[in-house]
Amino acid sequence: MKVSPLDRKTNLSIFDRMLMMRYFEEAVLRLYQERRFASHFHLYIGQEATGAAVLEALGDKDLICTTHRNHGHLIGRGSDPGQTMAEILGRSTGLNRGRGGTLHASDPSRGFLSTSAIVGGCAGLATGAAFGIKTKRESNVAVGFFGDGSLEEGLVIESFNIAALWKLPVIYVCENNSAGAMGPQQGGYPTAITATDSFTRLPAAYGIHSAKVDGTDIAAVYATATEAVQRCRAGQGPAFIEAFTVRWPGSSPLWPEPATVTDLNEAWEPARIKGPHAAWLRDHDPLLRTARDIVAHGYASQDEVMAHDKDARARVETGATFAIESPMPLSETVHEHVFA
Amino acid sequence: MRKMSYAGAIVEALRTSLSEDPTFNLVGSYVLGLGPKRVLMDSIRTEFSDRLYDPPTSEAAIVSIGAGAAMAGARPFVDIGTASFSYVGWSPLVNEAAVARYMSGGSLRVPVVYHMLHGLRGGGAGQHSGSPQAMLWNAPGLEIVLPSSPYDVKGLMRSAIKSDNPTIFINHARLMDIEGDVPAEDYTVPFGRADIKRAGRDVTLVATSFVVHAALSAAERLATDGIEAEVVDPRTLVPLDHKTILDSVRRTGRLVVIDEAPLSCGVASELSAIVAEEGFEYLRSPVVRVTRPDIPVPFSKPLEDAITPTADKVITAVRRVMDPRAKSAATRLT
Repeated sequence: MKVSPLDRKTNLSIFDRMLMMRYFEEAVLRLYQERRFASHFHLYIGQEATGAAVLEALGDKDLICTTHRNHGHLIGRGSDPGQTMAEILGRSTGLNRGRGGTLHASDPSRGFLSTSAIVGGCAGLATGAAFGIKTKRESNVAVGFFGDGSLEEGLVIESFNIAALWKLPVIYVCENNSAGAMGPQQGGYPTAITATDSFTRLPAAYGIHSAKVDGTDIAAVYATATEAVQRCRAGQGPAFIEAFTVRWPGSSPLWPEPATVTDLNEAWEPARIKGPHAAWLRDHDPLLRTARDIVAHGYASQDEVMAHDKDARARVETGATFAIESPMPLSETVHEHVFA
Repeated sequence: MRKMSYAGAIVEALRTSLSEDPTFNLVGSYVLGLGPKRVLMDSIRTEFSDRLYDPPTSEAAIVSIGAGAAMAGARPFVDIGTASFSYVGWSPLVNEAAVARYMSGGSLRVPVVYHMLHGLRGGGAGQHSGSPQAMLWNAPGLEIVLPSSPYDVKGLMRSAIKSDNPTIFINHARLMDIEGDVPAEDYTVPFGRADIKRAGRDVTLVATSFVVHAALSAAERLATDGIEAEVVDPRTLVPLDHKTILDSVRRTGRLVVIDEAPLSCGVASELSAIVAEEGFEYLRSPVVRVTRPDIPVPFSKPLEDAITPTADKVITAVRRVMDPRAKSAATRLT
């Protein structure tokens, strides 16, 4: 597929989403280290270009379901950083009043229907959301984000079959972050365990339009996602996108650790990149790559980029403060919200 | 009033809902099972062909798709078929549909109906006789409906389809041919309201679904001996009408609970526990449960008969609660 260069506005809009995702996750990690919440959690660092470019290609009425690595998708969709952080800290002001937490946060008011932390769960729900769209004769689309491990689940394969049979307007975005991952043998996160040599062969077997894309290239992801959205809106049925990223070094242990700290100046001053993870920062960090490209292609100056950087950091910090200062839910409210 | 079969009443409720709400769709169409009454669905198949999606054999996916479509604002009715197959779709049922509203902090509605046929059907054995109502009762967030009469099934199905919550609608294959009074006009039977199927002063029989008929038959036979049994049908387990059950036990002082789910942690166990906690002072004798025993369902007829909650077992149970000291006559009731 031919990838056209993005215009300045689209470039910066995607970049802004990425900045918010990155600084939000760095704040989550900091708040965890400050023992402000207790659960395990997953960070989206290293995959921002994929989520931000896919979300850029969507409209306000489109529906989103995601998996446990969800914070980036929520923030990229425009969920309030304060309410999202408050949910992660279990506060009453959280998106879900402290009932969901990091692993299950959702924001239905923005079409963000669900985070399913059951591996592959979101693929079925996104397919269902698309079925809902079809039966209501609407023209929006549903997107399901999941990792490569989800393709080990039968539900995902069953969903492909039904989406193809019923020509449902669903886009499956498989964020393949297994490259560079340590795997359980080295004490890291599990990675995909599969007999297939190419994930796109699985949906393709059902006739689903499938594409592989560099998940750190916003122009390529945006073009692929836009084509998928157009196909869905035109009633041409589901699409599958496999976006490749190299695993962020901080994901290596079972709990994320601050392996890298973002400094956008490294985008144009590579000599500043140091430390054990220099190779990842130099070659695979989508945020540095995007900042570098934006400046190199003249969409914005370094100063402009740094101004966006500052804004994003400030918005995240305001949200973090809101969350920290928010009250915990009252225990007597525990019975609320079971039934409509 | 007009007589109608249980299966016919289901079809009428579906037709009304399809006519009334364009966002209401059927995923799966063997709602009446595969018995002779299945042909009653043919009119719906023809009349509403664009509203009926026959899915592949993918129970997990159709349960998940039903939940996702409901989250997106549609109102799907997902037919799982034989209730034993619901176990294939367990994760989306209990991990998604049941908890979605709570996990969203009340910002999401999941108005989906999951329909299934439970119970001992004759030769269903270990994989076609499941009664998952107790297991599902252990998954908070699901409404659970267990009708027993043509009148109730029509009104409860209309309520289930209108409900904004995920609702498990459990029918029994053996109910399909039962005839009863069914008004032609549209009506709903509200959730959480038990029905006294037969009034009586001596003993309360609480039963659900098909075994309501075993309880009613037992009650008629007991009446010839001068024992008047009251038969209470909760109709929905979630929400559950505690009051009607407790009021009945207060009047009779005795309780037998009958259900097709296995004994341990079963529907009868929970109902017995509720009466023990909230109505202990009303009881003049220990509660007796008549359920399936804690074994898989066998195939061979005499073996299946041995585990079926029958009118005979209900009568034995009633004699025991009427005279607790006669326990020596202990027949296995489960």
